[in-house]
Amino acid sequence: MISIFPSLLNGTAITLKLLISSMFFGLLIGLFFAILRINNNPLINKFAYGYSYFFRGTPLLVQLYLIYYGLANIEFLRNSFLWVVIREPYWCAIIAFSLNTGAYTSEILRSAFQTIKEGYIEAAQSLGVSKKITFYKIQIPIAIKQSLPAYGNEIILMLKGTSLASVITIMDLMGEARKVNVLTFKPFEAFITAGIIYLFLTFIIHNIVKYLEKKYGFQT
Amino acid sequence: MELLSFGDTGWGDELFFATLMTIAVSIAAMAIGFAFALIFTPLKLSKNKTLNVIGNCYTTIIRGVPELLVIYLLFFGGTGAVMYVASIFGYDGYIEINAFITGALAIGIISGAYSTEVFRGAILSIDKGQFEASQVLGIKKSIQFYKVILPQMLRISIPNLSNVWQITLKDTSLISVTGLVEIMRQSYIAAGSTRDPLFFYSVAAVLYLVLTFLSMKIINKLEIKFNKGY
Repeated sequence: MISIFPSLLNGTAITLKLLISSMFFGLLIGLFFAILRINNNPLINKFAYGYSYFFRGTPLLVQLYLIYYGLANIEFLRNSFLWVVIREPYWCAIIAFSLNTGAYTSEILRSAFQTIKEGYIEAAQSLGVSKKITFYKIQIPIAIKQSLPAYGNEIILMLKGTSLASVITIMDLMGEARKVNVLTFKPFEAFITAGIIYLFLTFIIHNIVKYLEKKYGFQT
Repeated sequence: MELLSFGDTGWGDELFFATLMTIAVSIAAMAIGFAFALIFTPLKLSKNKTLNVIGNCYTTIIRGVPELLVIYLLFFGGTGAVMYVASIFGYDGYIEINAFITGALAIGIISGAYSTEVFRGAILSIDKGQFEASQVLGIKKSIQFYKVILPQMLRISIPNLSNVWQITLKDTSLISVTGLVEIMRQSYIAAGSTRDPLFFYSVAAVLYLVLTFLSMKIINKLEIKFNKGY
């Protein structure tokens, strides 16, 4: 029991790395597509909707396989400089997770943008604040604050999602647990220990988000 | 396109049956999830502290650990557990549990946790007067649940249950790691033998999109039907 702990902790470090980098890129992607979603141009709007529809309508595993196995199939990509990135399972996982969480984040932020009261924007306008500054200084901060609870759920969902990285040979927490199971034939010890670590991480994330909500939460 | 033809030369029929398998597993898992939800929702709502803790443990643990972990635990651990029980009764052979059953059970346990939360929320949102009124009318507790609370609870929870259904449908792709031939596994096999992963995983993605799209349409119809009186 104690002997499997170090390897599981190594896996936890990789899980956290995967989680943090994909949440970071996912937030950028999500913000970008959320801005496209509230655009009035129907073409841009449809494009952003299509993106979020595809990534929310298909399982993460399909997306991961498409990027890991599928992209390597394209001759053009194999010969380009991108090959350095997409031949690494680690980067493939980050790309897939970022795109996936980006789709969910864009929906969360879109609904936050749309629920901002007209009065705030009108007030800014009547004070002579330019549209650009209204957007960056008023709309984006309010949207981020409003979407904190939903975004907290998304972080936890993504933490669980990173376990899929183990199927494309990454030794994250799940991968290490699988290895322990194969080496020792003790599935309960391996997977329950991993489960406890996952629960612990969920618990920490939940409490951090709760703290942030309390501190920065948006009160109307 | 000929890769998708039906018959011996293409993968069309295989993928078609795999899609049916995905639907079958999803429905089975959803049904198992309802069974779990019907057990654990009353526990979560009960006034007894111990029962409360049991209900909370179930939903918290299952929603806090990865789906893949539950599947692996049941798949690797389940066989061992069943064989251990069998060895007590004097049977020492190797027992393999059907991948469909383990898969549906694993996904069912997960979707049950989500359904429990949905039902709990729905029951809490029912007006207190409904409980009081049926009590005043002298309706028995069991009948009160089936005739007064359950119909309202289902109507309120349809939109959220549709989310649970979508999650369940997508989670079934994870069962492919245990070898059950559903969409994901079939595309994996096809991609391996034709060396065209891009094509087959795209087909898998499209199949999932079609499934989610169709189920959305059906659920929307249901929602309109159940909301007729309101």
